Amino acid sequence: MSALTAEVERLSLVIKIGGVPVCINTSDPTFLCILQERYAGFIGTPEPDVMEFDVDLRPPDGANPDADVEVTHKLGCWSLRRGDFLAEWEPASRRGSIRQSRNPYSLDAVLRIVHTLVLARQGGLLLHAASAIRNGKAFLFAGVSGAGKTTISRLAPADATLLTDEISYVRHSHDRYVAFGTPFTGELAKLGENVSAPIAALYLLAQGPENRIDPLPPGEAFRSLLANVLFFAEDERLVQAIFHCAFDFVSRVPVSRLTFVPDSSVWELIG
Amino acid sequence: MSKLYVARNPRVAARCLDGEMMLMSGHDSTLFTLNKTATILWQSADGMTPLDEIVARRICPEFEVEPEIALQDAEALARALAGHEIMQVSEQPIPLPAHTGVQR
Repeated sequence: MSALTAEVERLSLVIKIGGVPVCINTSDPTFLCILQERYAGFIGTPEPDVMEFDVDLRPPDGANPDADVEVTHKLGCWSLRRGDFLAEWEPASRRGSIRQSRNPYSLDAVLRIVHTLVLARQGGLLLHAASAIRNGKAFLFAGVSGAGKTTISRLAPADATLLTDEISYVRHSHDRYVAFGTPFTGELAKLGENVSAPIAALYLLAQGPENRIDPLPPGEAFRSLLANVLFFAEDERLVQAIFHCAFDFVSRVPVSRLTFVPDSSVWELIG
Repeated sequence: MSKLYVARNPRVAARCLDGEMMLMSGHDSTLFTLNKTATILWQSADGMTPLDEIVARRICPEFEVEPEIALQDAEALARALAGHEIMQVSEQPIPLPAHTGVQR
């Protein structure tokens, strides 16, 4: 009988975002190729104690990526659910599973959620913000869809390094906040560079008749920052961690409103 | 008339930022910004000081308002905050865990 038993080959890929490696295991070579292309620039090497997820691919029958995300915690295990995936993750064992179709954007969503959970424990945030490095400093540009994240990313000069046009990765490190590049893209559909730099400013984007920067009062800065934080879990301790992280962030990083006309002249104010 | 006691909900995250008191419910992530009266009430809500004493000592001197009217307003405010689960209201003293002070 043993000769007839087919052993399923396990293929693995380490996706390293914000310095956090996540190993994805699959038995599907086509899916592996899709991921290698999707996360080019963010592929890491195997490391001890890395988080691992086994992906169980299913046909996309009825999958709905527009459904609401549900993230719950029970008996040491996180459950991540949307219309197009169902994932479970046990932080203690660092292992998890994902049931989804071959659509890489389902995995994208799982990775975002897992990173929000990891960051919340470590004093970090995922933000609805574009970000770029210029002169060794990172600048964040936050706003809802249509505020201008993609526009300001597209207008970035050659000496600016784009980290993302959609989801910024922010981590506390040595009494400062650092922004990392991410593969999470918006309309620009261009992966960020996998580099990092200390954050010099957070700008709330608004389009207007002139380019100007107006510092925000602390309370408004705090509320605006929280309004742009990505967080999905119903978990009191992590919500409190996010709250205190946002408070610390606005006490260390200048937050301003950046009103701009949609041409490259806005970058004369940045850096 | 029985006394009322008010206490901060220890499951609420709170920070005072440039004079503005910000609270976030750990339950549903709702963010609250308190006005000056609500901030005084929140900061004084130790579970052991009766509401009428908080009003007499902390609120009346600040706003030059009649004690009876101030007490009515403060009770309504406390019950409204309790409705959002960010404060507890009781006719008995409410012991609070030791770590429920406001971080600054």
